[in-house]
Amino acid sequence: METEYGIVQRGADSNPISASSLLINAYVQHLELAEEAGESAQDKVDWDFEDESPGNDARGFARDGSMPPEIETHLVNTVLTNGARLYVDHAHPEFSTPECRDALEVVQWDRAGEEVLIRSMRAARRLLPPGQEILIHKNNSDGKGNSYGCHENYLMDRAVPFARIVQRIMPHFVTRQIYCGAGKVGCEAANTGDRKVHFQVSQRADFFEEEVGLETTLKRPIVNTRDEPHGDAQKYRRLHVIVGDANLSEVATFLKVGVTSLVLAMIEDDWWGSTDLSLATPVAAIRQTSYDTSLSETLEMADGRTMTPLEIQWELFDLARKYADDRGLEPVVESVGREVLRRWEAVLNGLETDPASLSTQIDWIAKQRLMEGYRERHGLEWGDTRLNALDLQYHDLRPDRSLFAKVGMETIVEQSDVDDAVHDPPTTTRAWFRGQCLKRWSSSITAANWDSIVFDLGADSLKRVGMMEPLKGTEAGLKALMDTCETPAELIAKLGA
Amino acid sequence: MAEREQKKKQQTTTRREDEAVEEAVPAAAPQGEELKDRLDDLLDEIDEVLEEHAEDFVKSYIQKGGE
Repeated sequence: METEYGIVQRGADSNPISASSLLINAYVQHLELAEEAGESAQDKVDWDFEDESPGNDARGFARDGSMPPEIETHLVNTVLTNGARLYVDHAHPEFSTPECRDALEVVQWDRAGEEVLIRSMRAARRLLPPGQEILIHKNNSDGKGNSYGCHENYLMDRAVPFARIVQRIMPHFVTRQIYCGAGKVGCEAANTGDRKVHFQVSQRADFFEEEVGLETTLKRPIVNTRDEPHGDAQKYRRLHVIVGDANLSEVATFLKVGVTSLVLAMIEDDWWGSTDLSLATPVAAIRQTSYDTSLSETLEMADGRTMTPLEIQWELFDLARKYADDRGLEPVVESVGREVLRRWEAVLNGLETDPASLSTQIDWIAKQRLMEGYRERHGLEWGDTRLNALDLQYHDLRPDRSLFAKVGMETIVEQSDVDDAVHDPPTTTRAWFRGQCLKRWSSSITAANWDSIVFDLGADSLKRVGMMEPLKGTEAGLKALMDTCETPAELIAKLGA
Repeated sequence: MAEREQKKKQQTTTRREDEAVEEAVPAAAPQGEELKDRLDDLLDEIDEVLEEHAEDFVKSYIQKGGE
């Protein structure tokens, strides 16, 4: 999962790119200082852009006039010992979690990302003159029409026809916001007809204008077609999902990733039967779903029926439960998949019978409750700037200022596990190998990216070790071998690379 | 019709499961009065931590589009 954070430098007239660079450099310097103090740390290792090609389109063509994203190589970009990438993307600090095997791991490393940003803020404050401070928000919009993303990535079998993925995942992407929307005061869409939108379910829905496409920064599509597998392209595709909100709620992140990976597993296995949930107009539907906080309005289906977003989610749930009984949940890890089903059902029940009961689980409901309470207490009308301030501050990462932290939301990972994940990679994917190499031999690594590491073995010899299989390079697969190696040269000899 | 009945049955099952969970962990899901008290405390706290000059902060909060 990749999260772009909102950034403001207070007390200085700086631009967001230099503020983001300063922030990340401050974190890296903090790690180096920790190393000098004898704590575990690393030399700075830069990202390797060798294999990046974000302009490739999953449909096998580039549409006229579409704009593939450009890679900026001059900005700060680093790889951490937990296997994550921390860098400046456009004008935002971005944390990409390491590759995770299941939704619970994604929650753990996404939370580790928040912790890294919190520590970066502290480190930056020590470097800045008095009166200056960098503030970070985990949100997706500034309320003035500018949006930045929280992207998910799912490893899929290349053999699955892309058109099938698009058709079946679309209704899920339109309706899942009812439990993973982060909530937003106001509206940033150019036109909502006669509709007044004071508060909506999703941060992002206003910004989607197309059903399918390659762009991520303008004319954003509900299904993104970037085709850059960061692995064996003959076997895999990486479904790049740009339609989600950044969640503070762990339950919401768990469901966002857990349910989506379960639905994708069903699509991959073609376990769908005669179900057809195609919407008549997905772009209109994603906004309508976001604007309808009563959850009662129906959407038009392609076959002429009407269904509420909740009914669509119930259909997907029924399908998933049968899939679990019939096929098991190995693709999403059995125990985690069962927990996803349990929470998904409980949340749909809550949304149906008493949404307020979910105010310590679901971001948009927690935020809405704060807004209503605050309005009532101070007699505020919608449109009052103080409500926008509340909205912003829900996402403020400073622990003493974060309104999210004040709400007391349910958690599903221990803080000690989050702290470990700031430095340790997941054991279950190739991120383990990347992270361990950085922990052991960062001074011999010149660059690393998702699917390779470049070692400098001295004597003019650079050696690239490829990792084209995301589920190889795990602790179970490689720890015994790595433990017998004193140097990277030994490792490379033993790997036969 | 059959589908709807099935769904109802599932929901009933779930509610029963939920009750069992609540019994086991009574602190997990606060209800009614407790929720309201908590909200009041929360709103007190918010008045303390809300950004000074909130309106200026909102005005100056401008981000570049990303992704």
